[in-house]
Amino acid sequence: MPDYAWPDTEHRTLIGKRIPRVDSPAKVSGQAKYTYDVRRPGMLYGKVLRCPYAHAKIISVDTSAAQKIPGVKAIHIVQQPGSTIFWAGDDVVAIAAVDEPTAEDAARVVKIEYQKLPHFVSDAEPPPNVAEPAVGPLSQIDIWDLELPEEQIAAEVRRRGVSFRATQAVLAQLRRFRMPEVIVDAIARAPYRPLTDETSGSLYQRVATETKGDPDKALVEAEVVSEGLYGCSVITHCCLESHGSIMEWPERNQLFSYMSTQGVSAIGAQLADPLNVPAANIRVHQDHIGGGFGSKFAVDRWHVAAAHLSRKAGGQPVRIMLERDAELEVAGARPSAYARVRVAAKRDGTITTWESRSWGTGGPGGGGMVPLPYIFDVPNQRKEHIAVRNNIGPGRAWRAPSHPQAAVITMGALNDLAAKLDMDPLDLWMKNLDIAGQRKETFREELGIAAELMEWKQKWQPRGQNKFGSLARGLGLSIHLWGGRGHASDCDLTIHPDGSVDIKMGTQDLGTGTRTVISVVAAETLGIPISAINLQIGDSQFPSSGVSGGSSSVGAVSASTRRAAIDARDVLFSKVGLVLNVPPDQLECVNGTVRVKNNPNNSLSWKQACSKLGVMPITVRGRNPNTVKPPDLTGSGVGGVQMAEVEVDIETGVVKVKKMVAVQDCGLIIDLKTAESQCLGALIMGISYALFEEKIMDLTSGRMLNANMQFYRLAGLADIPELVVHFMTGKGYDERGVIGLGEPPVISPGAAISTAVANAIGVSVPFLPLTPNRVLDALARKPGA
Amino acid sequence: MLKRRSFVKKNILLNNQTNPLTFRDVTFLKFPASHWRYRIVVGPQVITVAGKEVLVHGPGKVPMQFTINHKKYKACLEPRVTLLDTLRDQFGLTGAKRVCDRAECGACTVLMNKKAMYACSVLAIEAQAAEILTVESLMRENTLHPVQQAFVDNDASQCGFCTPGFVVACSVFLDEHPSPTPEDIRRGLAGNFCRCGTYDGIKKAIAQRMQRGA
Ligand code: FES
Ligand code: FES
Repeated sequence: MPDYAWPDTEHRTLIGKRIPRVDSPAKVSGQAKYTYDVRRPGMLYGKVLRCPYAHAKIISVDTSAAQKIPGVKAIHIVQQPGSTIFWAGDDVVAIAAVDEPTAEDAARVVKIEYQKLPHFVSDAEPPPNVAEPAVGPLSQIDIWDLELPEEQIAAEVRRRGVSFRATQAVLAQLRRFRMPEVIVDAIARAPYRPLTDETSGSLYQRVATETKGDPDKALVEAEVVSEGLYGCSVITHCCLESHGSIMEWPERNQLFSYMSTQGVSAIGAQLADPLNVPAANIRVHQDHIGGGFGSKFAVDRWHVAAAHLSRKAGGQPVRIMLERDAELEVAGARPSAYARVRVAAKRDGTITTWESRSWGTGGPGGGGMVPLPYIFDVPNQRKEHIAVRNNIGPGRAWRAPSHPQAAVITMGALNDLAAKLDMDPLDLWMKNLDIAGQRKETFREELGIAAELMEWKQKWQPRGQNKFGSLARGLGLSIHLWGGRGHASDCDLTIHPDGSVDIKMGTQDLGTGTRTVISVVAAETLGIPISAINLQIGDSQFPSSGVSGGSSSVGAVSASTRRAAIDARDVLFSKVGLVLNVPPDQLECVNGTVRVKNNPNNSLSWKQACSKLGVMPITVRGRNPNTVKPPDLTGSGVGGVQMAEVEVDIETGVVKVKKMVAVQDCGLIIDLKTAESQCLGALIMGISYALFEEKIMDLTSGRMLNANMQFYRLAGLADIPELVVHFMTGKGYDERGVIGLGEPPVISPGAAISTAVANAIGVSVPFLPLTPNRVLDALARKPGA
Repeated sequence: MLKRRSFVKKNILLNNQTNPLTFRDVTFLKFPASHWRYRIVVGPQVITVAGKEVLVHGPGKVPMQFTINHKKYKACLEPRVTLLDTLRDQFGLTGAKRVCDRAECGACTVLMNKKAMYACSVLAIEAQAAEILTVESLMRENTLHPVQQAFVDNDASQCGFCTPGFVVACSVFLDEHPSPTPEDIRRGLAGNFCRCGTYDGIKKAIAQRMQRGA
């Protein structure tokens, strides 16, 4: 069998080194083309009219005046009169015109009459005690969120029904994301119950109750009990390239789309149904994407609307890219999660009991429970989760769905417990690693390294005791866990007789470095420079390579590229072996040559070697399967530790992060440079959501108040302190194969920063973001304040 | 609505938060765009406002010309169209990105008479006299500008959507501050935002240019 296994350390020339991102030059020079930048011949500009109310019924739609405006080419009613709107900003009418100003003019004269219905957009208040068992139909995100055993999830699906149409395409996608078959099966058979006011039930629904061990007895016996409130509000994805696409029908039954998407290969199947066109007739293309973060998997209403508009306009291309306010209001929201937690321990720090009553919202469907307690499998537990169904907008997957929220709640509670025990939290974490699951030894090693990089032991002081005037300093920490196994991926690799190499894959590069990783693996395997590889990705006509979500791309594309390159290389070896007169397995590709292993002088240059192919190129397909197939080139399950040092001005409540340390395990690293960037970026995004980000809702109007980038504040350059990233590599790590890194490092920053703030000011600030007013409130409520 | 102003990018720190306070050089259009319904003939009209004669353009399309990256460009545009949309939709210069479209993020940064400006918040009609440089002008032949090279070396882009704006902002910033203090950097680049979190790379890119002398 061909030797696909990753080369060992001595035989790596590129893998694991700091290789510059291959598409950097295109990006820094402005040449990289994003969907937003594409201008097709005759392209029309689309605008979407959005509902101004958070909950309403559409009574009538009158587009007659808009139709009369010269330059308006097509109008499509997205939601017909009679439809119920569940969040402000939802699409109602779409218009295509020759240019944007004309489309805007037309949008202004459309008359839509609504019947306003009562709305509910808050979520942070603890829910009342009367929460009924959930009855509303489940959305896809609800199902992913249910923290229950597989069988029970399936039972819930059967009982409550699903709010989406379980088409073959949808089911296939769920399988691709590795949803267990019992659940997929239940979804396939479940009643379809679209979300309406009648099907949805009450605002507060109990979605989970779980007891383990004997929490009552354990609480009575506990020597120290700590209680507190923790959580994170809804934040948005705020991709800088907004959601959108260009749709055109070159022929009546052929759709061509440029789309900003995290899954070029998975869009056709989702568009086929609503447009009534075979998926085989749909081509999706994307060169570059300006951010996704989990919000660009699905085909959204505006994509379908653009395709309808184009059809109505005789197939002319129609572009709809969301405006910034819509991007923030409707195109991405991370569900909130809050919890009142009671946690108990023995005097020596052994955690014995966890009790939580959690709640949160994922929008109109409510959403599920985040995994509590996070990582630490406390022996005695009682948990209840209430889903808050509201009109804040539909939740979407956000980097490491549910994990950052679970970390904030769990680490916050344990940090308070440590304070009650008069213990350094680092010691408490170490003490309880035995219940920290499969990566506990990694955590142990990482905590030690992180503590050194942070100088934890030198710097740490008990709560509220590290003050200079109005400035209080503190340290915090968090640990996290993620899967990250590579998904199914196909890679076509061609070696041409002139020595050039091309690769085609239906994957996409979200800015994570996918292009670079594929290039490094191919170049390493073939012993040629990266510049010799012509890589093409981002088209549904290339071999399908899965959706970039769940940190599953890097493992997938590395593995399929490696398999393709080895197979192609072996074909080449069989030809060259005849020329050099050695068996093919005695050959190797090194440094632009094909040579005999123990006799490097007996060699051909890469070009000469390829010329032995004759006139025909060789193309092979490498496949990373959906299941584990030896040798396993990817892996799953990574642990990480992060520590934060903060400074809080206790007079103004302003929090500044002074330093952050991230120690991360991610198996074999292909490109150290982009891997580091991924961690640094995650820390920065973490600082942003920990301190600034919140989807602020106006209770009266039901609308998002800060749907712009002035008040939906992202961290800026000035908010970024010293950041230290350390990877666990070498023995014990590299053999695990390539594992994803997109999500893990973004899980812990919120928890590390909020526990650091508690350490600084002497009291926990219950909810993220840690804005000055929340910090001051917490200080005012501090016992003895 | 906000499009009717032009914003000079000068960032002043707002108390000890780091939110950039953009200094707004507000030159309102002589004629509110909301009057689009009044169809006036193409070509400027002269009207008297507060005793002064002013030229009124539009609201229909009017011929305009520009100097962009040392080249002349012409287009017929409504006065309400921004410089950013003109660059992108008329001339295919898509390096400057449209993100917030209201002077909050810096992705559309271009140079107007050597000053960094938010192109989304300048009307095309007002940009006609200016010397406009976009990110596309920085590369010579196939060689990256030293700031661009520093961005590559320090991996200062991920998705890259904010990158052209940052590159333009950094290049003019370094021209003005050849050896900036950390405080200069904090203030001078507070008008650009990145979602992927490339600030660490950007800081290192600036440090690299400082060492070599920008
Ligand atoms: S697009 Fe111009 S500043 Fe954001
Ligand atoms: S690199 Fe993605 S927004 Fe800056």
